[in-house]
Formats: sequence, structure tokens, C-alpha cells
Amino acid sequence: MAFRIISPKNVQMIMKAIFWAAGITTIVILLIIIGYVLFKGLPVINLDFLFSEPIDSGRSGGIFPMIISSAYVTLIALLVAAPLGVGAAVYLAEYSGETTAVKIIRFGAETLASIPSIVFGLFGLAFFVIYLGMGWSVLSGGLTLALMALPTILAASEVSIESVNKSYSEGSLALGATKWQTVYQVVIPAALPGITTGVILGMARAIAEAAAILYTVGAALAIPISLLDPARPLPLHLYIIATEGISMENAYGTAAVLVILILVITITTNTLLDRYTKKMMGR
Amino acid sequence: MGYSRGSYMTKSKNEFIIEKGLLITALSSIVIIALIIIFIFIEGLPAMESYGPINFIFGLDWSPSDNQFGVFPMIIGSLGITALSLLMAVPLGLFCAMFLAEVAPNSMRKILKPTIQTLAGIPSVVYGFFGLIILVPIMREQFGGTGFSMLTASIILTVMILPIIISVSEDALRSVPHEYKEASLALGATHWQTIKNVIFPAAIPGIITSIILGMGRAIGETLAIIMVAGNVVQIPHSIFDPVRALTSNIAIEMGYATGIHYNALFATGIVLFLMIIILLIFANYLHYKKKVTIGGGYL
Repeated sequence: MAFRIISPKNVQMIMKAIFWAAGITTIVILLIIIGYVLFKGLPVINLDFLFSEPIDSGRSGGIFPMIISSAYVTLIALLVAAPLGVGAAVYLAEYSGETTAVKIIRFGAETLASIPSIVFGLFGLAFFVIYLGMGWSVLSGGLTLALMALPTILAASEVSIESVNKSYSEGSLALGATKWQTVYQVVIPAALPGITTGVILGMARAIAEAAAILYTVGAALAIPISLLDPARPLPLHLYIIATEGISMENAYGTAAVLVILILVITITTNTLLDRYTKKMMGR
Repeated sequence: MGYSRGSYMTKSKNEFIIEKGLLITALSSIVIIALIIIFIFIEGLPAMESYGPINFIFGLDWSPSDNQFGVFPMIIGSLGITALSLLMAVPLGLFCAMFLAEVAPNSMRKILKPTIQTLAGIPSVVYGFFGLIILVPIMREQFGGTGFSMLTASIILTVMILPIIISVSEDALRSVPHEYKEASLALGATHWQTIKNVIFPAAIPGIITSIILGMGRAIGETLAIIMVAGNVVQIPHSIFDPVRALTSNIAIEMGYATGIHYNALFATGIVLFLMIIILLIFANYLHYKKKVTIGGGYL
């Protein structure tokens, strides 16, 4: 028996304290960041800030064009990424076995999820902006963001489709429904909360992203109207006015708007998933 | 008979079309990856060729105005920031994951889970902004210099990669069979001894995967690093020196780059891409199937 200064029981106590400390540290980090941004940013936010145009490249005035820009590029991203992501998830979960082709598709999706956002930006610049001639526009930016949101939507949808009780689809098939009828009327409705969560997570990724659109969306301060207009979504606006020292006050306000958006998204997805789990457990 | 047979035929034809349609959506990821590789390499390879791939990767001098394109200081910058942030995020993340998987009461879990999701969802620009206005002045006062440094960037990155490390590790710890834990406890081991000697070793593939994913995010992060790292092209001599990451190099200079300089920035993208591919191959080799997806990223 080795000589022990501290008994296992005391080590257990110490480790338990360390575990609690780690958990609490994580919460405190979040509280400090969110608390500080909201503390400084909330006083800046009012209807005037949200619904007026920036004056003097953002030194004063509001962020209305940036809100419209963010909504615009995010909408384009989702319109492209959601059908592709959900379709791919349905195929991977319902139609395919574990063939080599499927393994390659999965590796492709994983790779897509891991590519640095600035590399997406480079690709968007070379492909959408220059090669396809879309220029710096909401269309180029939105499509670049679609590529980033795609793997998020795919992964979350696939997990939720796979977790639908197999007896549902077996019952449907036994009643004479075709494969697609079963998928469309039985499996997808059952997996819908999970799929919705996936789409919202993809949306969150598109809203939060700035590096990928730095060289694809332009940086115009005007409200974008057509698909080919340049724009300046919120994160990009924050980056520009903070690094160029244009207005710290407006930067705080913009950061607070972004943080509030993310909080709303997190709460929504959690509520959805909560309901989903309860439904799955038959309550 | 004829009627039902006909309708059966259309049905099976529809089924066929739908299945192929879904297959096409599934193939879109592959097509996109292929396009990304093609376009990054088409634009990047000319610079690597004319400057020489070895000179490009191991060259110490980056000065586009003199046609010098060596990215080695940036590679060191990226790896340095990443290593330093892992050094902080891995211990904190692992303890937090063990806390969530083994120790935390339900009420605590209910607070921590959304905390981690929110941390994962906060835009990187907001982290960078927070670093710029809070952390940089603190570092300046504590350690002198400008406050923009490798260490400052690593601290911000630590917070950014923490959610990935926690959620994937927690998932790995949770998927260890219950019998292992029960057997260990039944043999008289304390809970900590059980975690350390039984649960943790069994969860190692998943934990390493979580660290690789964290590394991938750290290497790929761009704007948050630009805002706090100082962006000086140099091999840092201490953690308080300003550095420039590969990602930052692209984002800072793409705005005004033309000619071979423009190509050299795409070539920087190639280097980044290859680093990520190496990480992915390594992660795939571990065969750990991730089951978690949380805010802002696919884990």
C-alpha cells in the first residue's frame, strides 16, 4: 500500500469542488459577455436606432438597412440550404444503406461543416462574385451563407429523421402506402420539430457569420432592394464600425441586437426540442 | 385491373423520380466541396507555382509590395493561437463535460445546457468586439505592450471553442455503458476514481474528437482573431507578442489585393484547407460517431 497523504474520500470531495467550479466558470463567462454587451448596448437600442438609416457611415443614426440586409441574405441562404439539407437528410436516413457512396456523401458534409468561413468567403468571391458575375450582392452573400448553413441543417435533420420510431413507417408501409407516401405523410411530420430546429440552427449560423460575406456582399450602407444590390448585414456592420473605430456606441447597440437575436433563437430551439422529446416519449 | 395497374405504374414512376431527386440533393454537398476545391486551387496555385511551394509555405517574409509571399509566420501564428487556446479550453471543457455527465444535479444541467448553446451561437464578431473593448485594455494594463497579442486572441478563442469541447465530450462520456460505472462503484471505488479510471478511458475516442473539432474551429476562426491579435507578420517570441493568423491574412488583405498578391491569398486558403483536411482525416480515423448538433455549428 502506497502512503497516501490525502484519502480517496477527500480527493473525491476536492474533485467534486473542481467539477462545480468548472461548471460555474462556464456560466459566469457567458454572463459576463452577455451582461456586458447588453448593459452597454441596451441603452442605445430604441425604435429610432432600429428603424432609421445610419448617418455619416454609422457614426450616428440607426441600423435599419443592416437589419434588412441580414434578413435578406439569411432568407436567401435558407431558401437554398433548407430544401437541399432536408432532402439530403431524407435520402441518407430513409433511402440509402451504408454504401460507399453514402460514406462519401457523409464525408463531404462533414468537410463542408469544417471548412473555415473565410475559405467559403474566398470561394464565394471567386465563384459567385466573379465567375458567375453576380458582383458584390445580397445574392452572392446569401448563396455563400447557404453553403455554410447546409451541413448544419443536414446533420440536425438526419438525426431527427433517424430517431423516428421505426414502427410508424412499418405500419404505414403495411397499409399499402408507398415509400414516398410513408416518408412524406408519416416520417417527416414526426420529425418536423427536429427538422425545424435544424433549419433554425442553420439560420443562426447565417445570421452570425461575417467572414464569409466580407468579400461577397459588399458593404453598402443603403437598403438593398434587388438581389444584385450590395448590402451590409449586422455582423459585418459591427466588424466595420468597431475595427475602424467609427462609433463605439453604435457598435454596442449592434452587438446587443445580435446577442438578443441569438438568445431568442436558443430559447426557441430549446422549447421546440423540449416538446419534441416529450412527444417522442409518448407524453 | 387495367386501371389499377396503370396507376401502380405511375406511382412507381413517381417514386423513382422522387428517389433520384433526393439523391441529387444528397450529392449537393459533394458537388459544393468539389467546386470549392477547384476554385480555390485555380486561383491559388499560380502563386504557389511562381513563388515555389516550399518558399511559400516555409518562407519567413510576407511583403506583397516586394513580391515576397512566405506564410510560415502565419502558420506559426495560427498554430500558436490554437495550441494556447486548447491548453486553456481542454481542461476547463473536460471538467465541465464530466460535471454535466456525472456530477451535476438536474437543475444545474438545465442552466448549463442553454448556456453552452448560447456560447456556441454568439457571433464571432461579438466575441472579437468584447475582446477589443474589455480584454485588450486589461492585457495592456497587466502585461504592458499594446494588449493585442497571441495570448489575448487565445483567451477569446478559448471561450469560442469551449462549447464544442464540452458538448462532444459530454456525449462521449454519456455513451459509456452504465455497467462499467456500476461495477467500479460496486468494487468500492469512489465516484472520482470511477470517472478517472473507468469512464474517462472508455470515452477517449470521443474526447479526442471533441478536441480535434475545437482545433478545427480555432484554426478557422477569422474576424474575432483579427480584432485582438495585433496582426503583425512575425514569428512570436513570447505569448505577449502580436501575431497574424492564416485566416486573418486573407481577410485583412483581400480588400486591396491584385495580381499575384490576390493569388497568394487564395494560396493561403489552400494551406488552411489542407490543415482542416488533415484534422478531418485524423478525426475520421477515430471512428467516433458524433450525435450532437448545437447552435451555430455542426459538431
